[in-house]
Amino acid sequence: MIVTFDIIILVFLVIAAIISLSVKDLLAAAMIFGIYGFLICLLWAEMGAVDVAFTEATVGAGVSTVLIVATILNTRRKSTD
Amino acid sequence: MKAKIFASIAVAITGAVLLYAVTDFPRFGDPRSPANAGIGGGSPSASLYYIENTYRDTKVPNLVTAILADYRGYDTMFETVVILTAGMSIFAILRVLRRDDASGAPDPAPASSDPSIDGDHHRIIVGTTCRIAAPLIQIFALYVVAHGHHSPGGGFQGGVMLGASFILIALSGSLRDTLVRFGEQQYLRLAFIGILIYAGFGFLPLWVGRNFLDYGALSGLLMTSGEEMARSHSMLGVEIGVAMTVMSIMFAIFANLSTRGRLRGGL
Repeated sequence: MIVTFDIIILVFLVIAAIISLSVKDLLAAAMIFGIYGFLICLLWAEMGAVDVAFTEATVGAGVSTVLIVATILNTRRKSTD
Repeated sequence: MKAKIFASIAVAITGAVLLYAVTDFPRFGDPRSPANAGIGGGSPSASLYYIENTYRDTKVPNLVTAILADYRGYDTMFETVVILTAGMSIFAILRVLRRDDASGAPDPAPASSDPSIDGDHHRIIVGTTCRIAAPLIQIFALYVVAHGHHSPGGGFQGGVMLGASFILIALSGSLRDTLVRFGEQQYLRLAFIGILIYAGFGFLPLWVGRNFLDYGALSGLLMTSGEEMARSHSMLGVEIGVAMTVMSIMFAIFANLSTRGRLRGGL
């Protein structure tokens, strides 16, 4: 556990979370949510939970982003609020 | 606007409460924390038991896989059932089974007959790259499933990667061509076969009077040298079952979501 690395990842994590919530374009929000997933994956790998990091990389960052994008392309792309 | 302010206040309060709760956590890697040393630091803890006994009991070096597939096999089985239930829910909500679909748009032309030059370039570069990448992804996924005992990985991760390779082919080429090879009947069948494999490994020990999911009883059936190796091999079996279910359901969810349940056209 390296504290500097932790702090860098956590700062990027918060930035990614805020941006993906505030962006009006839902496709961009989905992509930034994928980045959020990869950052969490990095955090877990860095803490030694490699199995969980692997699951997060495949499910959280990979497939769920694709599923969200598929849903957005079949609904509306712009957020209303 | 008013609702947004209230929501922000609620989120801020919840976040503050969660952050306050975090201060009660033991320090990262603290040897005297309840998880590592048992309650009060006296009684032996669960994690200590697993660290000391897992390799002796199961001959599996990766503790996480051993705990998930063997010691807590019951949980993992029903987690797989949860995945299956998610797939069935998507099927029940989205799937349009009417043959003459009057309300829907007509089936758009597949990407291969796209006359525009842009579409052609897109098809050649992206399609060829993904066609080359997909078998490599699948081989790596099979390695992840089979090697989950010794390195990070296992049925869930490998299954998701297998499903993602099918999704990649469907995204880069056309969903129609993918469904010809891996159609609805096949993936639904595979999803249930995966659960049946897992439950079969659970029920087989009952025949010889042992507990549900007690893989050690299978040493005679699997012709292994001892109960430890039987548990190791049975873990591989249940991981394969999990991988089959997860792969099928991931592709099923994508196919239903991207076509609004018609399984025609695609993105």
